[in-house]
Amino acid sequence: MSAAETITPVIRRTALNSVHRQMGAKMVEFNGWDMPVEYPSAGGIIAEHNAVRTGVGMFDVSHMGDIRLQGPEALAAVQHISMNDASRLAVGQAQYSAMLYPQGTFVDDVIVHRLGDDDYLLVINAGTREKDFNWVRDNTRQFKCKVENLSDDFTQIAIQGPKGVDLLQKLTDANLSAVKFYWVTRGTVCGLRNILIARTGYTAEDGFEIYVPSDEATSAMVWNKVLEAGKEFGAVPCGLGARNTLRLEGKLPLYGHEISDTINVWEAGLDRFCKMEKPEFVGRVALEKAKSAGVKRTLVGLEMVERGIARDGYKVLDDASREIGYVTSGSYAPFLKKNIALAYVPSEFGNVGSTVKVEIRGQGVKAQVVPTPFYKRPKKA
Amino acid sequence: MSYPADFRYTKEHEWIKSDGKTATIGITDYAQGSLGDIVFVDLPKPGAEITAGKTFGSVESVKAVSDLYAPASGTVTDVNGELATAPEKINKDAHGSWMMKVTLKNPGELNGLLSAADYEKFVAEEGGH
Repeated sequence: MSAAETITPVIRRTALNSVHRQMGAKMVEFNGWDMPVEYPSAGGIIAEHNAVRTGVGMFDVSHMGDIRLQGPEALAAVQHISMNDASRLAVGQAQYSAMLYPQGTFVDDVIVHRLGDDDYLLVINAGTREKDFNWVRDNTRQFKCKVENLSDDFTQIAIQGPKGVDLLQKLTDANLSAVKFYWVTRGTVCGLRNILIARTGYTAEDGFEIYVPSDEATSAMVWNKVLEAGKEFGAVPCGLGARNTLRLEGKLPLYGHEISDTINVWEAGLDRFCKMEKPEFVGRVALEKAKSAGVKRTLVGLEMVERGIARDGYKVLDDASREIGYVTSGSYAPFLKKNIALAYVPSEFGNVGSTVKVEIRGQGVKAQVVPTPFYKRPKKA
Repeated sequence: MSYPADFRYTKEHEWIKSDGKTATIGITDYAQGSLGDIVFVDLPKPGAEITAGKTFGSVESVKAVSDLYAPASGTVTDVNGELATAPEKINKDAHGSWMMKVTLKNPGELNGLLSAADYEKFVAEEGGH
């Protein structure tokens, strides 16, 4: 293959790209984005991961997409395209939800923020930005609401970990202690007025995500101020490597792995975010049928019993070495110090304590079904 | 990082140190740096045969699995058991953390490998280190 014959896809960069490079981050391509996977200067993935569990870490998550729905029928539109019940949201509240295809499988998972009476912000995945926006636009045409793709308007910085609140409070006039988990507020951050501050994240830890203007100068200014303010808390920059292991310990799904256009809500075990009492939403009819037909496979947590690390795509075998399922995500878990994985297996293998094997380089390596999430953050005293 | 002058190197980032009959094998500092935190090492057992250029095991960081390629052919005589429980030692001291010792089948094979100076040049081009 010669370079001339190859169509080089456009690799996108966030406004913080040069900041990451200056900090010596190891960069990788992720869903078409040039992103930091780890910062060797911060100690690498394990150190970054554990900083978030015990202190605070910060992430550039500007590759995430943002879709805003505004107008008199914005709520009806959101209700139609998402499986959770957005009518329960107060202004300033957010919820985890998902957008489904008519067959009950996933377009994407999403955080729905209610910013105002008729004003909703959907935060979506990087790899599905265009697909999601087109899907939302096409499926909300019948509603009186404006659909805007704001994905390029924000630099999104996640400040995650038990010390995140103390760190961010140094930089804002908003009273963060009054903002509960999965609520949003607005305030001055680093001298910038009216910044959206959400107490959300993808690390199974307390934390915030702030949305600042996406020009390079502003983005770098905020990033550096957060890092500086975090020094006393041991804050470190974190890459996608730690983001992945953190979300895996917390069993937070990743599109293309635990959820996809071939996996339905019941299989993924996301029942509690799917409100079947809502009379209508895209995918509802199929989900009702799927439930009465019985759920044939289920997402389980595995812990390796024998030596080995299960990786994405590895086969899951039964005791007789028959293939029964596959691993969706697997890694060494830096905080738990165990080798863990998420996998789809037939429902009869889904009970905690069941033993299966994971095929690693041709060998069946023993694993056990364990309770999930693998990690749950300690409740505040 | 300096690469010991008495080692030979592969383009797959293994090092080998030999007295002409037996040899010690590991991975380079460049390799550990690109892998990141090493959390698992899978090595053959003593008695196993390895073949130059073929995989003999694997090393895993948090984020990736990489095959290990034999710099030379031979028979494994000893494996560094410490790496089973403390694979992170490779990150701390890649050139001191040997993986296995072998009896060489054809010591002449080592002549085809890179010198320290050539390897250093090779990784400078490959990774910009």
